[in-house]
Amino acid sequence: MAYLEGNNLVASYGVVPILHECSVQVEKGELAVIVGPNGAGKSTVMRVLLGMLEATSGSVTLDGKDISMLSTQDRITHGLAFVPQTKNVFPSMTVEENLQMGGFIRKDDISKTIEEVYELFPILYEKRKQLAEELSGGQRQQVAFGRAMMTKPSVMLLDEPTAGVSPIVMDEIFSNILDVRNAGMAVLMVEQNAQQALNIADKGFVLVSGRNEHTGTGKELINDREVRKKFLGG
Amino acid sequence: MSDSIDIINALALLTNFVILPGLSYGSQLALGALAVTLVYSILRFSNFAQGDSMAFGTMLVIFLSGYMISQGWTISGVPTALLAIPIAIIGMSIYLLLMDRLVYKHYRGIKIKQSIVGITASIGVMFITGGIVRFFLGASAQRFGDGERFIFSVREFKAFTGLQQGIALKTSQFLTITLAILLVAFLFYFLQKTKTGKAMRAYSDNKELALLSGIDPDRVVRITWLLVALLTTIAGTLYGLDKGFAPQQYHLLLLPIFASVIVGGIGSPIGAIAGAFLVAFSEILLTYAYKKFLIYLLPLSMHPSSLVQLIGTEYKYAISFVILIIVLLIKPTGLFKGKVIVDE
Repeated sequence: MAYLEGNNLVASYGVVPILHECSVQVEKGELAVIVGPNGAGKSTVMRVLLGMLEATSGSVTLDGKDISMLSTQDRITHGLAFVPQTKNVFPSMTVEENLQMGGFIRKDDISKTIEEVYELFPILYEKRKQLAEELSGGQRQQVAFGRAMMTKPSVMLLDEPTAGVSPIVMDEIFSNILDVRNAGMAVLMVEQNAQQALNIADKGFVLVSGRNEHTGTGKELINDREVRKKFLGG
Repeated sequence: MSDSIDIINALALLTNFVILPGLSYGSQLALGALAVTLVYSILRFSNFAQGDSMAFGTMLVIFLSGYMISQGWTISGVPTALLAIPIAIIGMSIYLLLMDRLVYKHYRGIKIKQSIVGITASIGVMFITGGIVRFFLGASAQRFGDGERFIFSVREFKAFTGLQQGIALKTSQFLTITLAILLVAFLFYFLQKTKTGKAMRAYSDNKELALLSGIDPDRVVRITWLLVALLTTIAGTLYGLDKGFAPQQYHLLLLPIFASVIVGGIGSPIGAIAGAFLVAFSEILLTYAYKKFLIYLLPLSMHPSSLVQLIGTEYKYAISFVILIIVLLIKPTGLFKGKVIVDE
């Protein structure tokens, strides 16, 4: 059994069905990527895993325990962390305040975790007194990761972390994601840039119309003739 | 009257009739404007009930101080209203939290444009609150200040300095400026340094992410109303001590308060304070009669025969409107860049 599992998830927005028996799994220290065309339900999987959208059937388990009934906030206390695609920082607050807010629910001393984030992203230490809105896109993404890491999560969920950034910044963000994975977390991300994402992924899920179409390691999927033809542009 | 140029007396005159009244009126507006800013940033609507809420808080102070005077619970020299403020703040908090529970909470739960619905709901609360005040206290004007009226009077000042033109510092002016400084310092410390204050800013910045960070929205809303009660009660009481209490006057205060908030930049606390002083001094400078001031400064041959008043005092509310129009035409985001709240 994998560390985080979404099993046979079925979900809909109102009467519009989005997910049909979709399953994803990710282990600690592993980077899993969900790719697929627009409207395949990639972000919806994230929302269901986080409890922001209720699944009509299926289950979510964390470390073998069923967390399907927990609220979003409780899931975050249990070790899930989420970096939304847009609006993922507090723009008019400083970098340091952003990190403090990330650790809001923690009752213990958070200063050590803040130091760990600074160690991972040294640029944030230099800019700790600056407002998040004054940072570049890549740096802001680091603040967003840092904020999510403040709860000392075991699972990091990322929704299209490279949407709308330049190729250079994209490489920077992917290398940050690998750092987070190497720190021992389970990382699950949704990506539009399928080719690049599968290149660095340990595992990939190709979603089409809310169903698992292909599953395999990143390499397997890239080398799969059908996947290449349909989703990676030949 | 002297026929030579007399700058010192001219400045003394200006201090007495423009600077001190402007500072205290500006402070009163600033506290009200900060309350509007808080509600706008956290609850995302412009609170039309602010003026009448200030009347409600002042009403509580009037009743409490009346009771305290009848019981002899007074300190000589100090306005009893000042002693009544802490209890009135508690009453005001209960009233505002009740209104939130009965009115605003309902609309927060519905996925519709909060900015429009909130304004409409607050107009309703404005009429209810104004009605309650008039029901219990009547619509006529009254004074409720007791204790020493002056920190120093014109006569004392003249005797001390030997100047022809005196300056008086009213107790209400002194209290207003002192309390406003303390309150603003407290509010900024609270919002910038405490964990709860930061959580409020985070909630105002990005509601969804605040929820993902485990910030309890209900608690943020509650604390907002408590701060609004604090600001509102003190602003209303200080205005009443300074100018007397009249429900209609308080109702109309909404105009200069909104003008302050918009001039400063909606949602910016510093902007609200700067805007308040700008509006206050514009009102006073434009409606002041400069005749005596000019007589001090100009040689005899040039002495004005008219009052040299730019605008009659009866038009002072129009000044807020004109400032509003100018700012909205030239710099719609205000002096300090405010936030524009986009409905999700």
